[in-house]
Amino acid sequence: MADLSTNLAGIKSPNPFWLASAPPTNSGYQVMRAFKAGWGGVVWKTLCQEPIVNVTSRFAGLNLNGRKMLAMNNIELITDRPLDINLQEIAECKAAYPDRAIVASLMTDCTQARWHDLVRKCQTVPIDGFELNFGCPHGMSERGMGSAVGQDPELVEQITRWVKEVATVPVIVKLTPNITDVRWTARAATRGGADAISLINTINSLMGVDIDTWNPIPHVDGKSSHGGFCGPAVKPIALNMVGDCARDATVPIPISGIGGIANWSDAVEFMLMGSTNVQVCTAAMRDGFRIVEDMIDGLNTYLDDRGLASVSELVGKSVTRFVDWNDLNLDYKIVASIDQDKCINCNKCWIACEDAAHQCIDRLVDERGGTALKVDEEHCVGCNLCSMVCPVEDCITMVRVDSGETTHTWRERLSVPS
Amino acid sequence: MAEPLAPLDVTVEANRCLNCYDAPCMHACPTSIDIPKFIRRIATGDLAGAAKTIMDANPMGASCARVCPTDELCEGACVYTPDAPAIRIGQLQQHATDWLIRDGRQLFTAGTPTGKRVAIVGAGPAGLSAARDLARLGHAVTIFERDDLPGGLNTYGIVPFRLPADVAVWEADQVRALGVDIRTGVSVGVDVTAAELLEYDAVVIACGMGTVPALGIPGEDAEGVWDALDFIRSAKMDGTVPGLGQTVAVIGGGNTAIDAATVSKRLGVPSVTMYYRRGAERMTAYGFEIEFAKTEGVEFRTNVLPHRILTTDGRVSGLELIKTDPAGTARPLVGTEYTIPCDTVVRAIGQTKFSKLLDAFGVSHENGIAVVDAGMRTNAPTVFAAGDCMFRAGASDAMVVEAAERGKTAARSVDELLRGGAR
Repeated sequence: MADLSTNLAGIKSPNPFWLASAPPTNSGYQVMRAFKAGWGGVVWKTLCQEPIVNVTSRFAGLNLNGRKMLAMNNIELITDRPLDINLQEIAECKAAYPDRAIVASLMTDCTQARWHDLVRKCQTVPIDGFELNFGCPHGMSERGMGSAVGQDPELVEQITRWVKEVATVPVIVKLTPNITDVRWTARAATRGGADAISLINTINSLMGVDIDTWNPIPHVDGKSSHGGFCGPAVKPIALNMVGDCARDATVPIPISGIGGIANWSDAVEFMLMGSTNVQVCTAAMRDGFRIVEDMIDGLNTYLDDRGLASVSELVGKSVTRFVDWNDLNLDYKIVASIDQDKCINCNKCWIACEDAAHQCIDRLVDERGGTALKVDEEHCVGCNLCSMVCPVEDCITMVRVDSGETTHTWRERLSVPS
Repeated sequence: MAEPLAPLDVTVEANRCLNCYDAPCMHACPTSIDIPKFIRRIATGDLAGAAKTIMDANPMGASCARVCPTDELCEGACVYTPDAPAIRIGQLQQHATDWLIRDGRQLFTAGTPTGKRVAIVGAGPAGLSAARDLARLGHAVTIFERDDLPGGLNTYGIVPFRLPADVAVWEADQVRALGVDIRTGVSVGVDVTAAELLEYDAVVIACGMGTVPALGIPGEDAEGVWDALDFIRSAKMDGTVPGLGQTVAVIGGGNTAIDAATVSKRLGVPSVTMYYRRGAERMTAYGFEIEFAKTEGVEFRTNVLPHRILTTDGRVSGLELIKTDPAGTARPLVGTEYTIPCDTVVRAIGQTKFSKLLDAFGVSHENGIAVVDAGMRTNAPTVFAAGDCMFRAGASDAMVVEAAERGKTAARSVDELLRGGAR
């Protein structure tokens, strides 16, 4: 049994799985259920001095090929419940589960007084840390909060500094992906004194348009507004931003990874790419809190199978392998290889290569009319597309054909005088 | 029998399809339906497009969805097999065509009139398919059908729980909607002569086959002895068979025999037994049909021949059987006779051929089977033949889907002839 406990900038939890600040962490009742299921921590749904007013409806799902909720978006705002009730419930949850992490997500108006006031009020109950919500892309941003802050590095730095002036617990700054280069705001948070960053918050989105009624989806009395996009479909975007922050020397603070994490292997990927722990929301919204049991078990088995004593040994192990394109080895060559015994003759590789790649799979017909697919290795560029569309596991593999002895990058080529 | 798929099942199954390129299922379909395309259209919510893909390739697409031996055709070729279950193509096809039947829209239009007239003998699957494609090509088509309803065996000869008559009639209505004149209750050779039909620019003979021949044993004229096709027709059209009784003996080992047996069970007969003259492995019924019959409670006796029908007051009261050579030669073994009590005997031992009709059109035939080339052309310059009337022996040919394809082929050849192309 590996050690799954994590320590994010001083915030300890028995496992790396936290529930992100979102509808599942709206109330003490839900957080108690989450802790009972085994979640290592929660980031409470964002608190403000005054509750906001929400609309109905609020969520919409992205469905694909019959699968529901590959992603979702939402136009729900921060907590619509009074601060004192939220704080009382936080205290009850902490008392019932003292070993779990409870982090309060915060958002308020852009003045030092308002932020000082909110932090001080929250610190009247036992709390393990703060997460500054600079990421919420919908609604609150129109009032100068949320991603309106997170898109301005100066505001990020300023508010972080204000919070740090009065905070007695670690401060995490949650970053918005609705920005050109997330490192700018990550660096600003670092300069402001943040103890950690968390990313990504949700992505600006309009889920769809109802082709029968022509209403946008989801709609509120026939109209909609952009919402925050999250769930498995956003994972590659999140992983890229986490990796960018992790490999940035000017962002030396720990990272809490968020974005489409739905199972233990997603979590491993985020940790390898530099996350100390992970936060989950959409998967729990779809399947309930019980998924954490499988996440814990899967992660533990993975670590045990690899002989790793602690989950912390994963953190950042792939970061140095995430580099600029200019540093990729131009001498590395692979080609596709089709296992004829496993091939089921669906021809998906052939049509993909023929129409969309480099026309280097040949359809051979034998005397009996049987067909076989063969890679023209001379022209195969090793793009992976055929192996991506192949439905059979390990039928198309990519085989290395270069000597493996030389390395030659674009950066090197540019630096050598011709 | 396959039930219509539930909406959830449709979603799951349609999305499970890999959407193969140049898909084996498509090649395994005699009518070459672009199966991945229609499944993709179902998956993306374009039911009209899915139905159009099916019906364009196969005018009998709704019938075939229900009666095709898909294990031996499209589903048998599915790339998922044998590692995973094949896509349930037949049921997805039924889902799309059922949608079209409910929706009621007309998918196809008649072509620009060519001024050419084509006569078709028989409104079964082959005749209707030929008519549908000829009408789309602009030819004026008249079908002569001896029965009161169009559809042929689809309407009258396939048990209702496999293919309801209204589906077959709907398919005929789609053909009629293209302007095809289907004259029912008109028997060629009786009500209209071959010579009159030969005045048309072309003739397609799609007359199918005739009655089930007699067993040639004593007692055969007793009340309670049935031609299997008449038996199924009565069960299907009237919902009952008069004087059915408690015990039914079906003679034969083909799909029609199975149909007669299973429909008897569905009509509530407690004891239904099939008697086949050779070993079980020689039965021409599809394996899945035999399995279905067993699950319906039909019993099987093999290597046995009917010898004599016992009667009481002119009615069937029993059947005397004689065992045959276990080596499968069907040679009766003298002294092995035994009798069973029964109330109804159904003979399903093949069908007679319309030799005289073919003679009347001057069409060469071998024992009543029209001789045609790959384009369904007979020796007579303007006469073509499609469907059961030109199939050689062998159960696999006599499928609705094959009849539809031959009808399409005949239509293409007729069109070539009428447009002055090479014959």
